[in-house]
Amino acid sequence: MTTVIESDKAGAVPPKKRGREGRGVLGSTGLYLATGLCALLFLVPFYLIIRNALSTDAEITGEEWQFFPTHIRWGNITELFDDPTVPFARSLWNSAVVGVLHTAGTLLVCSLAGYGLARIPYKHADKIFYAVLVTLMVPAAVTFVPSFVLVSSLGWVDSYRGLIIPGLFSGFTCFLFRQYFLGFPKELEEAARMDGLGYWGAYWRIVVPNSLNFFAAMATITFISGWNAFLWPLVIGQGEDSWTVQVALSSYMTNQTVNFHLIFMATAISILPLVLVFLFLQRWLVQGVAQTGIKG
Amino acid sequence: MSTTTTRDVARPAPAKASKAGPRRGLRGTTLNFWLFTGPFLLGLVIFVYVPIGWSVWLSFFEARYTVTPSKFIGLDNYRQMLTNGAFVDALVTFTVFAAIIVPVTWALSLGLALMVHRLRFMKAFFRSVFFLPTACSFVAASLIWKMSIFSGVRFGLANTVLGWFGVENIAWLADPDPPWYWLVIVTVRLWLQAGFYMILFLAALQNIPPELYEAAAIDGAEPGWQTFRHITLPQLRATSTAVILLLLVAAYQAFDEFFNLLSKTTWGRPPLVELYYTALGENQDYGAGSAGAVVLTLLICVVTLLQGRLMGFGRGDESK
Repeated sequence: MTTVIESDKAGAVPPKKRGREGRGVLGSTGLYLATGLCALLFLVPFYLIIRNALSTDAEITGEEWQFFPTHIRWGNITELFDDPTVPFARSLWNSAVVGVLHTAGTLLVCSLAGYGLARIPYKHADKIFYAVLVTLMVPAAVTFVPSFVLVSSLGWVDSYRGLIIPGLFSGFTCFLFRQYFLGFPKELEEAARMDGLGYWGAYWRIVVPNSLNFFAAMATITFISGWNAFLWPLVIGQGEDSWTVQVALSSYMTNQTVNFHLIFMATAISILPLVLVFLFLQRWLVQGVAQTGIKG
Repeated sequence: MSTTTTRDVARPAPAKASKAGPRRGLRGTTLNFWLFTGPFLLGLVIFVYVPIGWSVWLSFFEARYTVTPSKFIGLDNYRQMLTNGAFVDALVTFTVFAAIIVPVTWALSLGLALMVHRLRFMKAFFRSVFFLPTACSFVAASLIWKMSIFSGVRFGLANTVLGWFGVENIAWLADPDPPWYWLVIVTVRLWLQAGFYMILFLAALQNIPPELYEAAAIDGAEPGWQTFRHITLPQLRATSTAVILLLLVAAYQAFDEFFNLLSKTTWGRPPLVELYYTALGENQDYGAGSAGAVVLTLLICVVTLLQGRLMGFGRGDESK
């Protein structure tokens, strides 16, 4: 964009060209300085986690601020998993199970529904779509009281079922899939239908294999939100055995006996999987977010 | 763009179905529709509609320590929640929070998007850096903020830096007067969510046709503030509206950072934290909790609709 403006400017108003370019160099140095400074501020918390995770308590809470730990203590990792006060390993396992099943289930259920709403003609489809849209108005977090009442009357408190199943039916994810399928080239499916495939066959053999990018983006987003979810796991995971990693982390806020270096090692481990996912799938993720249908 | 596709798809489809005519085919289509959407809709009814309905029903009953209420008490739960200072305070807390976080996040994410958009080298690197905090959970971020940056003692980063300038230690979270806790709460959320909204703005910036800027340049508009005000900002209108709406809804759902940063305090409680303590705290008052949830849901719907009206949500889409 900038290049376009500048070249055009240069062509349109030749006498001012030199001055403009001078400002351009100065401006772009300033731009990089400002962006770099912001980036540094955004990275400070990550640095603090790593620094604290690999320090001793004395170094973290010392009178004099130390920017670097004097020596790196990898032993904090094993110490964390040996610590009996918080079942951290168990909570990691719970989060992994819940995260994977939550993602797989949400994608399956919501993509099917999104496809049905986008592609299969049915006279009441509009009304049904509005019924889905209405649920977007009521954020899931607000309904945690009634949802807890329901789930506890089903006897699902403290179980994987309670942690996973109520979250699968996301009106928002269904909506995003519908929007995506509306833009999916129809010709591909029509060719498949000619060949005698039903909706079901066309969906699995043509639509899904050609939509893997979008599925990957949605999977990433769903997994991240599942891994980071806090309120619902806090409400449902009442016993320590069904804590997710976020609930376990939160318990450090109230648990006075836990040491600082363990808290930060736990924090570092809890965000590591997502940071890795981010670095590897960054492009898809950005595309996915940008594609969510709210672009201007 | 989405609206036009909806029409394109919706119109020919029924026509074709009726032209094809055979009853069996139609019924098969209906069956297929339910095959695809059935599981989702069933779950939606059970896990969204039933809880909401149950909540409304429960809110008229006395339901302490039990989810099967016995005594009908009409609007007493509502009266209790709306006259009990704590819940009303929570609504005020939310209003203050939204009034700060929505414009600040909007401005920061737009600013970051404009900066990243103009970069020629290392664009992807900076975009990733700003987006990276989205990977962090509110719980993890709260831990860093509370125990490492805004710790009330000297070893916290903020107090250490202030100490270099001779400023006394500030008890960031332990004292509501002066309300420094707002700084902690706002910065943690800003750090976590600005990158996400930056991506939305970046996508929108890329969609602005360059010809607009060329035309403006020919008309003699200075690049910078003038083009920003007269071209960039109006072109971002639809995205801005969506971002503000999302920010408002996200602010309404604020729970994690308040719960983790201020759990033991009686001040600075947004509605969800208050509801959490009402319904699942010592009282386990599901009736009052449900009444609060109903009030909150209605409030969100009203605010969302109002905001949509005021800012013309979706209007940007239609004009395209």
